[in-house]
Amino acid sequence: MNFFWEARKVILLSVLIYLSVKAIFFFGYVSQYIEQITLYALIVILASLGLNVIYGYTGQFSLGHAAFYGIGAYVSAYLTKIFSIENIFAYIPILFISGAAAGLIGYLIGIPILRLRDDFLAIATLGFGTLVRVLLDNSDKFSEVFGGSRGFVGIPRLTTFELAFVIVIFLILITHNLIYSRYGLFWRCIKNDELASASIGINTFSMKLMAFTYGCFLAGIGGALYANLYTFLHPSNFDILKSIDFLIIVIVGGMGSIAGTIYAGLIWVGFIEGLRIVLPAEVVDLRWVFIPLLLIALMMWKPYGLMTKGRN
Amino acid sequence: MELLGYIFQQCINGLQLGAVYALIALGYTMVYGVLRLINFAHGDIFMLGAFIAYYLLSRFTLPIYVVFVLTMICTALAGYIIEKVAYKPLRNAPKISLLITAVGVSLFLEYFLSLKAVFTPNYIAFPRPFEVEAFDLSLFTITNVQLIIFSITGVSLGLLYLLVYKTKQGTAMRAVSYDKEIASLMGINIDATVSLTFIVGASLAGVGGILYGIAYPQINVFMGVMPGIKSFIAAVLGGIGIIHGAVLGGFIIGLSEVFVSAFLSSTFRDGVIFVILFLVLLLKPTGIFGKRIDKV
Amino acid sequence: MNALEVEGLEKSFGGVKAVDGISFVVEEGKTVGIIGPNGAGKTTVFNLITGFYRVDRGRILFYGKNITRTQPYKLPHLGIARTFQNLRLFSNLSVFENVLSAILKKDGYNVVSSVFRTADYFMKEGKAEKKARELIEFFQLSGKENYPANNLPYGEQRRLEIARALALQPKILLVDEPGAGMNPREVQDLLQTLREVKERFSLSIVIIEHQMGLVMNISDKVVVMDFGEKIMEGTPGEVKKDKRVIEAYLGEEFI
Repeated sequence: MNFFWEARKVILLSVLIYLSVKAIFFFGYVSQYIEQITLYALIVILASLGLNVIYGYTGQFSLGHAAFYGIGAYVSAYLTKIFSIENIFAYIPILFISGAAAGLIGYLIGIPILRLRDDFLAIATLGFGTLVRVLLDNSDKFSEVFGGSRGFVGIPRLTTFELAFVIVIFLILITHNLIYSRYGLFWRCIKNDELASASIGINTFSMKLMAFTYGCFLAGIGGALYANLYTFLHPSNFDILKSIDFLIIVIVGGMGSIAGTIYAGLIWVGFIEGLRIVLPAEVVDLRWVFIPLLLIALMMWKPYGLMTKGRN
Repeated sequence: MELLGYIFQQCINGLQLGAVYALIALGYTMVYGVLRLINFAHGDIFMLGAFIAYYLLSRFTLPIYVVFVLTMICTALAGYIIEKVAYKPLRNAPKISLLITAVGVSLFLEYFLSLKAVFTPNYIAFPRPFEVEAFDLSLFTITNVQLIIFSITGVSLGLLYLLVYKTKQGTAMRAVSYDKEIASLMGINIDATVSLTFIVGASLAGVGGILYGIAYPQINVFMGVMPGIKSFIAAVLGGIGIIHGAVLGGFIIGLSEVFVSAFLSSTFRDGVIFVILFLVLLLKPTGIFGKRIDKV
Repeated sequence: MNALEVEGLEKSFGGVKAVDGISFVVEEGKTVGIIGPNGAGKTTVFNLITGFYRVDRGRILFYGKNITRTQPYKLPHLGIARTFQNLRLFSNLSVFENVLSAILKKDGYNVVSSVFRTADYFMKEGKAEKKARELIEFFQLSGKENYPANNLPYGEQRRLEIARALALQPKILLVDEPGAGMNPREVQDLLQTLREVKERFSLSIVIIEHQMGLVMNISDKVVVMDFGEKIMEGTPGEVKKDKRVIEAYLGEEFI
């Protein structure tokens, strides 16, 4: 149908990329570790894309994006573990349920907080992110399976390169179609000038909520793929540092650019993991000292200039 | 009668915690007042205060008031440097850039101090400079620690009020928080006023850090995170930018936390703070003492 | 039926009474000008009518329907469009996108159509783009479709804002100081544009304006405000001669 025909170039490109990457893996040029990192990069790109919709396009500053990533992760981990899922085809619905859970919570949280102006929205999302982290730390009180601050173990490994690749490309296409439709246009209008948007009839609250819910949905699916890749979850993976990771990718990639998010995601993961490989063991922890410094330098260098023009 | 005593005891404990939150919240609210900036690094100044005091107390034998003064000077200096280096260059940039920079400063402080070569990420015992004595009033017990906290907080607040309401510099701070442009047209030196605000806020947070270390003598480089968020919520609760709002908010949050922990369960002690935050943002985002803002 | 009826509107901000019981009527197809010294409350009245401010007292009827408490974003659907005193374009969007956004809001497709690129999507997008180009041409902005809106010269930005409002196919257009900041030549062009708008689209217009050469030449009726009240109402000729009006403008230049 139309959808696939319109996307034919992307699909073709994706097939090429897939084949090349698979070849590289197959001939053993890279280690297992690199394979895993490539998968991780896909996941991070997906989640960051969600934040790009929320912040890059619609202008809503969310400091709690990792919370939705975490919700998706824990929901998928829980469902795949207690139902002992082994089959990929059984996993796919769970993926979407995890995404939907994150999206639903995004929707419920969004209703009260998206009316707030930017500083207060930042506070509210930061607060929510911290709250989720606290809940995850105490999650063993709800059910032993979650593991609380000891971490969630024994998650079935279901994420394969094929699955992640197909899902991410598919969602990128959907996001692309949304962005380059009147919805994306309205989101950009809202980011530009909310009052003017209202004056031409846009229900700004409803559009903001839609962007937020969708962005959280993407984050949730990313989280789910993450859980079933690394098979172990710890609440500290879903704190403000993670939210900042996503934010950096969105900002560096150029807010309001899908391709930008993809490149930035690859570069960022490459950079972080590259540092891990390159730096000797004693110095590895310095990464976390340099990342904030990098962030500050980035802000100083381009305080205005990280906005990209919206394309048509 | 016993229940009454228990309640009074929790009040005292809540006020103790609230005092620390109030001291921290003041820094948030004052900086927001003059710059409309949420200084995410502020909670780490609090942490810095605790660590500087720890360092001074464990390496040197100094009388406690000297430790207080030195720590306050150091945290004030830290606040001043952070503002000059990280925030001032972005004074006219979009607010988001400032927020992100503040987050960067916060994380840098935490992770730098958590390096194995510095303080490590472990919990460290804070050396209490005196013996704890408890005074048994029939309804409840109060310790010398708590009395010290109350008196130092009281003195600090008193001095702050003197500064803000009775001095020229304080009036300048208030003027800048109403309208920065007009204030500068009136001849007020914005840079100096902003620096003063950071200095005052940071020293109060430093005091808070020492008091916290004395009261709960386990410190850790990430100790500023939760108290920072809670104090910030306290400032929002009282009305962000409003000084007496920060004080009231701090005590309310402290009391809420202690009461929920005592009567419900300590699992929820952090959760309740966020419930308060959401209620405030939903019902009156400008806070208890805040004015309603009309739409454009 | 009257297009717009404003009855006894009142609005205070803190202790200041910005609008103190103003009433007037806009007949269908007519143009009403609102003039008055700065601070008279003119823009406040617009903001009250379009829902950006809450009405303290009074009512607003649009073709008989009470819209006093209606939220701003619902009004274009009913047929009310406005421009802003301080110009509110989507500055980082292109000229084309500014106009297209209004059209697609009015005649759009749904989410499913967007995502799956159905025939409905293509048809509606095509129609919308065609209409946008027509409007852009009518307002003489052709050739600049892809410029970011804030790259246009000021006069053209004002025209663009009006074009965007008209893209909604409104029954009434509220224009707030469209001539602000324009030189006399630009004002003449604007006058001509508004005349063409009146001719081409059948709608009612309410215009706030300080430039007397503009408002007096386009209005069927003029309402004069001062201190939040209506001090006089009549034809441009009557208003020009009225003593109260001259007094309110004492010291200001009349064209």
